[in-house]
Amino acid sequence: MRYDLAVIGAGPAGMAAAGAAARGGLRVALIDGAPRLGGQFHRQPPPGAGPPSQDFLRLRDRLTRADLHLGRRVWAVEPGFSVHHDGGTLTAERLLIATGAHDRVLPFPGWDLPGVLTAGGAQALLKGNLVVAGRRIVVAGTGPFLLPVATGLAAAGARVAGVFEASHRLGALARHPARAVQGAGYGLRLARHRVPYHRGQAVVAAHGDDALTGVTVADIDRDWRVLGTREIACDTLAVGYGFTPQLDLAVQLGCATTRDPDGTPVVAVDAGQRTSVPGVYAAGETTGVGGAELAELEGLAAACAVLGTPLPERLARRRDRAREFARLLHEVFPVRDGWRTWLRDDTLVCRCEEVPYRDIEDARDLGATDARSIKLLARPGMGWCQGRMCGYAVARLAGEDPPPPRRPIAQPITLQDLAAHPRRSPDVP
Amino acid sequence: MSGFEIVFSGRPIPVTPGQTIGAALHAAGIRSWRTTRVNGRPRGLFCGIGVCFDCLLTVNGESGVRACLRVAAPGDEVTPS
Amino acid sequence: MPDVVVIGAGVVGAACALYAARAGLGVTVVDQGTVAGGTTGAGEGNVLVSDKEPGPELDLALLSSGLWAGLAADVGGFEHEPKGGLVVAETPEAMTALTGLAAKQESSGVRAAGVEPQDYEPHITSGLAGAVYYPQDAQVQPMLAAARLLRASGAQVRTGVRVTGLTRSGDRITGVRTDEGDLRAGAVVNAAGTWAGDVAALAGIRLPVLPRRGFILVTEPLPEPLIRHKVYTAAYVTNVASEDEGLETSAVVEGTPAGTVLIGASRERVGYDRTVSYPVLARLAAQAVALFPALAGRQVIRAYCGFRPYCPDHLPVIGPDPRAPGLFHATGHEGAGIGLAPATGLLISRLLTGAAPPLDLFPFRPERFA
Repeated sequence: MRYDLAVIGAGPAGMAAAGAAARGGLRVALIDGAPRLGGQFHRQPPPGAGPPSQDFLRLRDRLTRADLHLGRRVWAVEPGFSVHHDGGTLTAERLLIATGAHDRVLPFPGWDLPGVLTAGGAQALLKGNLVVAGRRIVVAGTGPFLLPVATGLAAAGARVAGVFEASHRLGALARHPARAVQGAGYGLRLARHRVPYHRGQAVVAAHGDDALTGVTVADIDRDWRVLGTREIACDTLAVGYGFTPQLDLAVQLGCATTRDPDGTPVVAVDAGQRTSVPGVYAAGETTGVGGAELAELEGLAAACAVLGTPLPERLARRRDRAREFARLLHEVFPVRDGWRTWLRDDTLVCRCEEVPYRDIEDARDLGATDARSIKLLARPGMGWCQGRMCGYAVARLAGEDPPPPRRPIAQPITLQDLAAHPRRSPDVP
Repeated sequence: MSGFEIVFSGRPIPVTPGQTIGAALHAAGIRSWRTTRVNGRPRGLFCGIGVCFDCLLTVNGESGVRACLRVAAPGDEVTPS
Repeated sequence: MPDVVVIGAGVVGAACALYAARAGLGVTVVDQGTVAGGTTGAGEGNVLVSDKEPGPELDLALLSSGLWAGLAADVGGFEHEPKGGLVVAETPEAMTALTGLAAKQESSGVRAAGVEPQDYEPHITSGLAGAVYYPQDAQVQPMLAAARLLRASGAQVRTGVRVTGLTRSGDRITGVRTDEGDLRAGAVVNAAGTWAGDVAALAGIRLPVLPRRGFILVTEPLPEPLIRHKVYTAAYVTNVASEDEGLETSAVVEGTPAGTVLIGASRERVGYDRTVSYPVLARLAAQAVALFPALAGRQVIRAYCGFRPYCPDHLPVIGPDPRAPGLFHATGHEGAGIGLAPATGLLISRLLTGAAPPLDLFPFRPERFA
């Protein structure tokens, strides 16, 4: 069966879009690699282990007419459109890419020790598995996401030794009263659990032999260079420096990209979430990191565009405000290049291929002038994760913003499954 | 629904239904289950959402499984990859 | 003013720079992209004698194979693996042809031996008609090789510099015009790979070098080496030499020091189109699994394509261009550029210094297409 719309990604953008499009009378497929709906933001506890959130139920209950294809990892999309996943191929007239984002990470000495998790990883353990990541936890990095992570861990019984926010200038957020109130709410919850919140500080090293036993926290200047340090004992570090949108599928289809205010590549879309490729839409973090509310509104906007109905004025205004706030967050929580001074010669930059900083410098010395040639000479980004973890760091070490990812294989696929792929692409209408 | 067990290198690990293998191991205090190819260093969960591939292990003979994504099933035999 | 400007910082340009420098010449290398950023950066690093019919290209390959071993010793740092190649035949007919080819190659100085495939590759499929083992086949990490040769040459390397023209004095080429100014030199070497035809055109010369696209699959890093040699099916030899415009694939499988397995090879003449052809990837996967069933459950983590610079007669272009004195070509090596680079560089350096080349260059002469 050929769908009118295939939505890839069942987070807030994908769920909202699939629900609205299906209720508008279209045949809709909603596909996600996870076995449960929700994506990262609306990640639900194991079935029966607790009540789903109201926001999640609101989105889920609108999906009754959409076909759900859960636990299906999409490894490639082709014009026409064919969506190839690990269980086969489905086809659709139009495509919405709502594949979300993952934590952006920076390398630092010891970041490969067990016990160091991304902030999103700690959150996924807690929300999706009811597992508290550790007993004594440090939360560090930059961005508003650190707050729910820290308060969630503290409320679940962990001792959160501190939140270390690298950014100095949070005052600008006061311009948005509603958001400031939300921030103050987190502040109250941190205070209730006696979690200290520090600005202008960062975890610059992790310690331990075979597992994390502590971290070095530094006061950093505005370019993130170390001013002074102290050690904090902990068994777990949850660290994240914002998010990297997952653009693989959009790039496969040749969708034009642009950049977030901080240089991150994102899919370029118009007001109807249309990409440069006719029939392909993008919504949520793939078009710029902006959070769940914006993602949902963009999903609705995409559904309206596909249905040919206008997005209600009220929603359009909300979307514009959410976008404006997202832009502000990019300004308030930038990543500064001073993290490069945290690296030692033997600090791994690429975790998969175990490429130390020294090898990156050697590659540059051998004539590698950009991220791609560094990769060709020193192998960062050549391993299992294909540069998803180290891509940002390698690009910045090369002095450039990360290029849009070119990954014709968006998820690993076994040779036998690839061999079984239809030798001829479905006909393009 | 009550819990069940999986087996990690001969050791029983309790699982709450719906948990991933990675979450169950982590909750049982097992923080690493793989050693790296070059330096032989321990690895376990890092990104926790299927992106970094640090948490690979072998489940019932199937290698290269992301522990953070695979929902545990009763009786799963899990070994380092 | 340098004695020589080499256009192209791929492996062929790097080898030209190295041997020219060793001959005492001052060298500047320019490239529109980065070091090893073109076809070199998309190659597997083949240093093969096994896939060539007796003739001028095989002579070049034999010379090169020895030079690579020497460079590994005195330059080093690029994973030179003298692991040998195993060519397998699926049918008795293919085996007869393969044995016949091996006999001819042996009379040209190639070492070859008929073997039982499983004695060399324990995981290879059973039921093959036979195999020939070629101990001289080797592999290098091509990007590192190019970078190390360039470094060892001591040449001035200018990347991100595009050649926009050639400067002349009368007929004679006296240097290159670039987007960063003119660069005068005693001689110009066109080692621009697939783009060499465009460089030649700047001198008003027709040089039919065209791109032939190939895809490569890369597997997950395997904990234990599964494949020890470079292994390919006899069909590869016919495909390499084929005149066919359409898609051709044959199984070429090998392990790397990083633990990954590289799977090729496809050949298509589609210009510089980088659109991924999933049916081609599927064919490569099917052929690799047919050859090594143990690969079936292994994951592919990456696929990429590159463009081989080929000439209509499948021979490289090496030598001075009589139509533009001062201009030398070192290009058109198709899929064998990594392997043939040192010999090409050595020949060019001999020509630049007026010394006698160790091989007859007539079959490689640039004006042969005119």
